[in-house]
Amino acid sequence: MAVIVGHLGQFASGLVLTVEVTLLSLAAGLLLAVPVALLREARHPALWIPAYGYTFYFRGTPLLVQLFLCYYGAGQFRDQLEAAGLWVWFREPYFCALLTLALNTGAYTAEIFRGGIRGVPRGEIEAARACGMSGILLYRRIVLPKAFRLALPAYSNEVVFLLQSTSLVSIITLMDLTGVARVLIARTFMVYEIFIFIGALYLALTYFVLWVFRCVEWRLSAHMRQAPEA
Amino acid sequence: MMDLHGYGWMLWEGAVMTLVVAVLAMTLGCVLGLVGAVAKLSVRSGLRRAADLYTTVVRGVPELVLILLVYYGVPTVAQDLAETWGEPVVFDLDPFIAGVLTLGFIYGAFATEVFRGAFLSVPRGQIEAASSLGMRPGLAFRKILFPQMLRYALPGLGNVWLVLLKATALVSVIQLEDLMRKAQIAAGATREPFTFYFSASLLFLGLTVVSLYAIRRGERWAERGLR
Repeated sequence: MAVIVGHLGQFASGLVLTVEVTLLSLAAGLLLAVPVALLREARHPALWIPAYGYTFYFRGTPLLVQLFLCYYGAGQFRDQLEAAGLWVWFREPYFCALLTLALNTGAYTAEIFRGGIRGVPRGEIEAARACGMSGILLYRRIVLPKAFRLALPAYSNEVVFLLQSTSLVSIITLMDLTGVARVLIARTFMVYEIFIFIGALYLALTYFVLWVFRCVEWRLSAHMRQAPEA
Repeated sequence: MMDLHGYGWMLWEGAVMTLVVAVLAMTLGCVLGLVGAVAKLSVRSGLRRAADLYTTVVRGVPELVLILLVYYGVPTVAQDLAETWGEPVVFDLDPFIAGVLTLGFIYGAFATEVFRGAFLSVPRGQIEAASSLGMRPGLAFRKILFPQMLRYALPGLGNVWLVLLKATALVSVIQLEDLMRKAQIAAGATREPFTFYFSASLLFLGLTVVSLYAIRRGERWAERGLR
């Protein structure tokens, strides 16, 4: 216990980095996922094939390989990247971690949204068209909000998976919760005390995320519940 | 085509190792999943609570942390215990065994949920019919519940397998010579990390594609006679 109390500051900074990486890549992944999901539903092959290739590659390969490909693999193209002025970005593990996690979660989220878009009842789209909505307006007012609502339960799972995946960034030297734990273990040899402690922190974070989503779902399902007795 | 500098065979050996680890872990996970599902549906609250604890904890903690905890933590616990009993031992866990056990343990929790759902999907009338024919609970389980449950479990198990296959890349962190580790070695020796990590990712993609095909075949086989 003394080990944990004595290094609370380091654990706290690790926790902050874990949460920060999760939130930033989640936001970037979400921004990416919506257009990819729409492209995936497009009819023209030039539109859906790239979107399909992207989601297929990122969902079919391990996150660890993707991380290494970005962080170590970029070194093979150092000269080209330097010429393009991008090397300052790719030599930073923080940037590579964010980029890879965002691309990874973007691919999963796009598939989840696609399911949501497909789940929008045809009748609602027909009703909107009958009201004179078309194209962008139809998507903005009817399809996307409904798809978001339908995708929410699956999306909460993806958020939990992403939170846990961020532990991999410790392998490319970032000091997230897992990274801090590994450094402290190398110094103190208190293996299971420290791992069990951070395991409990991850567990608490996971159930906090699930609780937040349950609250959001509760709010969004107000029209499905019975009115309170007057 | 990419020049692998003669390291192609090494990557192939790594892929075989990855597949072996994944198959063994999946087998263990299925066994644990069946036990967990039966415990979750049991009438005894103690068993139910133990199974709930298992799935809650395992699904809430990152795989990497669990793998490191088992690989570095279990020998430490064993040595500490041995020391308090006055019998100091040096105990090391083989990365292969640690990897298979941990992955099996983790994905057993996911399989538990799959099997639980599948057991609940078998219509109640089937069990009632079996018991009205005079079958004992054990026989009804073996002949009626279990075979029908498998059909409902197959799609879920397919998903667990796809996730598990990708998670095996993590065992390279505990120095197991899997596809990822071999790619690391080759990348270090040739200074062409992109070439080798990209090849490794393509091999993983190939494994995924073959798995998807096999899962589709398996599902069609399980649904024969239903259409």
